[in-house]
Amino acid sequence: MNLAAATNENLAHTSNVLIYSSMAVYTLAFFAHIAEWVFGSRSKVGRTAAALTGAGAEGAGAGGSVKVQVAQKGGGTAVLDRPKVVTRSAAGTRDVPDGPGAAGGTFKGDLYGRMAVSMTVLAFLVQAGGVIARALSVQRAPWGNMYEFSITFSTVAVGAYLTLLALKKNVRWMGLLLVTTVLLDLGIATTWLYTDSDQLVPALHSYWLWIHVSTAILCGAVFYLGAVATLLYLFRDSYENKLASGGQPGSFAQSVLSRLPAAASLDKFSYRINAAVFPLWTFTIIAGAIWAGDAWGRYWGWDPKEVWSFITWVAYACYLHARATAGWKGRKAAYLALIAFGCWLFNYYGVNIFVTGKHSYAGV
Amino acid sequence: MSNTKSNPPAPERERPDERDRENARELGAAGSQLSTAPIEESAAGLPAMGVIGWARWFWRQLTSMRVALILLFLLSLGAIPGSLIPQNSVDELKVETFKKAHTTVSPIYEKLQFFDVYSSVWFSAIYILLFISLIGCIVPRTGQFIGQLRSRPPGAPKRLTRLPAYTTWRTEAEPEQVREAALAMMRKRRYRAHTVGDAVAAEKGYLREAGNLVFHVALIVMLVAFAFGQLFKSEGGKLIVEGDGFSNTLTQYDDFKSGSLFDADSLAPFSFTLDKFTGTYERSGPQIGTPRTYEAHVTYEKGAYGKPQKTVIRVNEPLVVDGTKVYLNAHGYAPVVSVKDGKGKEVYRNAVPLLPIDNNVTSTGAIKVFDGYRDKNGKKTQLGFQAFFVPTFAGSGKGTMFSQFPAPDMPVLALNGFHGYLGPDSGLAQNVYQLDKTKMTEFKDADGKQLKQRLLVGETMKLPDGAGSITFEGIQEWASFQISEQPASGWALTGAVAAIAGLAGSLFIQRRRVWVRVTPGADGVTVVEMAGLGRSESAKLPEELADLAVTLIASAPTAPETDTAPGTDTEPGSSPEPDSDSVEESSEEPAEGAEK
Ligand code: HEM
Repeated sequence: MNLAAATNENLAHTSNVLIYSSMAVYTLAFFAHIAEWVFGSRSKVGRTAAALTGAGAEGAGAGGSVKVQVAQKGGGTAVLDRPKVVTRSAAGTRDVPDGPGAAGGTFKGDLYGRMAVSMTVLAFLVQAGGVIARALSVQRAPWGNMYEFSITFSTVAVGAYLTLLALKKNVRWMGLLLVTTVLLDLGIATTWLYTDSDQLVPALHSYWLWIHVSTAILCGAVFYLGAVATLLYLFRDSYENKLASGGQPGSFAQSVLSRLPAAASLDKFSYRINAAVFPLWTFTIIAGAIWAGDAWGRYWGWDPKEVWSFITWVAYACYLHARATAGWKGRKAAYLALIAFGCWLFNYYGVNIFVTGKHSYAGV
Repeated sequence: MSNTKSNPPAPERERPDERDRENARELGAAGSQLSTAPIEESAAGLPAMGVIGWARWFWRQLTSMRVALILLFLLSLGAIPGSLIPQNSVDELKVETFKKAHTTVSPIYEKLQFFDVYSSVWFSAIYILLFISLIGCIVPRTGQFIGQLRSRPPGAPKRLTRLPAYTTWRTEAEPEQVREAALAMMRKRRYRAHTVGDAVAAEKGYLREAGNLVFHVALIVMLVAFAFGQLFKSEGGKLIVEGDGFSNTLTQYDDFKSGSLFDADSLAPFSFTLDKFTGTYERSGPQIGTPRTYEAHVTYEKGAYGKPQKTVIRVNEPLVVDGTKVYLNAHGYAPVVSVKDGKGKEVYRNAVPLLPIDNNVTSTGAIKVFDGYRDKNGKKTQLGFQAFFVPTFAGSGKGTMFSQFPAPDMPVLALNGFHGYLGPDSGLAQNVYQLDKTKMTEFKDADGKQLKQRLLVGETMKLPDGAGSITFEGIQEWASFQISEQPASGWALTGAVAAIAGLAGSLFIQRRRVWVRVTPGADGVTVVEMAGLGRSESAKLPEELADLAVTLIASAPTAPETDTAPGTDTEPGSSPEPDSDSVEESSEEPAEGAEK
């Protein structure tokens, strides 16, 4: 073994240590989030209920949820000479305030929440270090096999989440779910998918690897955030429906769901995310086709990976169409979004494991 | 919700499309034509009688968004079986294996064309219907869009307070002046604006619609280019040993496939010679033996009398000559052997390409001596050898030998020989890698067993009874190339790029309208009202409206407050309108926290 190989071996080792350390820190973040949810429970419970049923309490006049013509203060009215802009939701959407977040407006909950976020930032940095060390050790992009793909994937997902936080978007509510799944992803990656660091077979030597796979990972990571929001939208929507029709949700639902943003906000958030990534996903597939044209002599050959990228793409196109078609807004469109993400997941795990095609390289 | 309202109790959940329609009614013309999306008829009534009525109905259904949605869904469902069941278009061998292993389902699959999903009748039907639907959707939408570009933004709706974003203030400037300032401001911000009655109407973001149309048209371009490519493509394989060459005519290919409209005369004229092939492999670690680089050094000539040029073909870097691409596909070893007859005369010397059967390039093949050999009696006969080759010998052992490493570190060639009749040399396709032993007799060793021997480079195997000898002279490498031409791929790429650009426009640009109504108020003070309407609710719209208002306030400064509530006095006779409470209640918690 020559000297260069030895440094590579060291780097690979460093990478593994960093990945395990990040898992430890993510675990701390996980517990901090749990504490946030637990200590935040004595919150302004019933805000949502009040918004939905309170109107009803004033007599059936304003009744139901949907016809209430509430207007809210527009954003950014702090500047003195800026005129006040009154906004109205489109007819038909419920005017429900967003929940207060996991911390539930309590000081203690918020403190734990902040700790969780700081922990997540730290874990993210450690994990990113692990990915970079891995890349250095193999002297190429860190996505030549499923292990590398997985660790990069969750790093990017957390990165996207932290970016949204930094942009002051209201996304802290997804922290617990995200950290949990990141732990799961890393657990699977280190136990089942681990592959020693090594170089690539010649077919993977191409700058299209950088372009195609990096955008694929980014798309998946952001689609994932969209899917989380969609899933929570479905829960929150049923919760609001139940409240609006005078039902009494269980105390767990009451406590957890009332703290989430309003269904309308979640729905809008997931739509924005998915719509923003769809063009990038389109680009990813096209970049893949160009690469396939260079590597295999045909730009499209219905290889399983290609087929599932296509299916995923069509499924997201379905979702976007559904949103644009009146009768399909809301829950139906949300189901489509989840199916579409399911297709992406299957393309990522399922196709590599269950189906053989040209895309199987380097171990798994 | 403090005041009493006259609204009747609303049903629990209204149907969303009803809500939309009600909303549309309220906005009147102001909300119309904000997109060219077709209006869904939720209850598609029974068609009128007669063939034309039915045809119309069918066409309307086919071009509706709902059916487009269903077809899209079907398209993705239909693509699934092709990814799970082996496909003829990808790997015919696998299909055969599958059929042998699953004898019960295979006939059913065959009937359903599950082995050729992507060229099956049903899959084609889905995408052809989808694209007819798409064309039927695009054409009228393009017409509508051009109409919208020609016409001007619609005038302000009666009650601006009903719009998603609204602001108002009072000013002492003259209404006429304010309108002019508003018009100038809108135009400066590249709105299309004009004055209708007491209000300025402005619209922006037409690129959204244009982008959407470009995207859908680009999909059609891509499909047509793909179909064209399939019909006119050609693709063939050629195995070349170092030192040999190839020229691009039909007869030179080992195998050749082409689209149904391909014309052999259209093959691009060029030729090339394989000078040298080099492969490197991982020497250590768990992935030992994995290929790292493959390089084919070639000299090629364009046209019949082109200047020879040198280049290197790698796995991801095909040689491109006049739109034809030459890909490096596979490689292997071609041991050089020479055969002498009983008199010691060399009758055969060739590099014989052998086929790899595993990742370490353990290879098999056949050596066939058709002409020139005479046995010890001087009788003309033919010789055949079964060849087994390993580039790196894994030590001796009983039975078959296997290679330990793909590079030729310690090459060994194992042979056993036959004499007799090899079968026809040409004509009937003969598999060059297999020996047809039906009319051949084995050479036997002294014990009467099959004669076989493992040779190192330079070693010779003697044939029994002075029948001559065969010598392992050396090794050359061979490379196989895929030579393919797929016309219209440039169009496919153009379509793809246009699709992405159009999509970005369609999804990121917001189409919105802004109205500025300026009316003299009851007390002689001018009332300015501004309202915005987007195609979908957007967080940016109120922001933009606020920006515009701030700009306009510069030319229409706010008048000192009186105690009249702003906004309510603009519409005489509508004072107890429930709308006014939208302003009062603006102190409530914002519902759109997600967008703060
Ligand atoms: C190959 C199949 C198709 C794909 C992949 C596709 C994809 C898309 C996408 C991604 C959008 C953007 C959605 C948005 O603005 O949020 C869109 C919009 C639209 N599509 Fe398609 N489409 C297809 C076929 C069709 C067909 C067949 C029709 C007509 C029946 C159609 C009609 C429309 C319309 C009207 C819009 C605009 C909706 C709006 O303005 O919001 N599309 N399509």
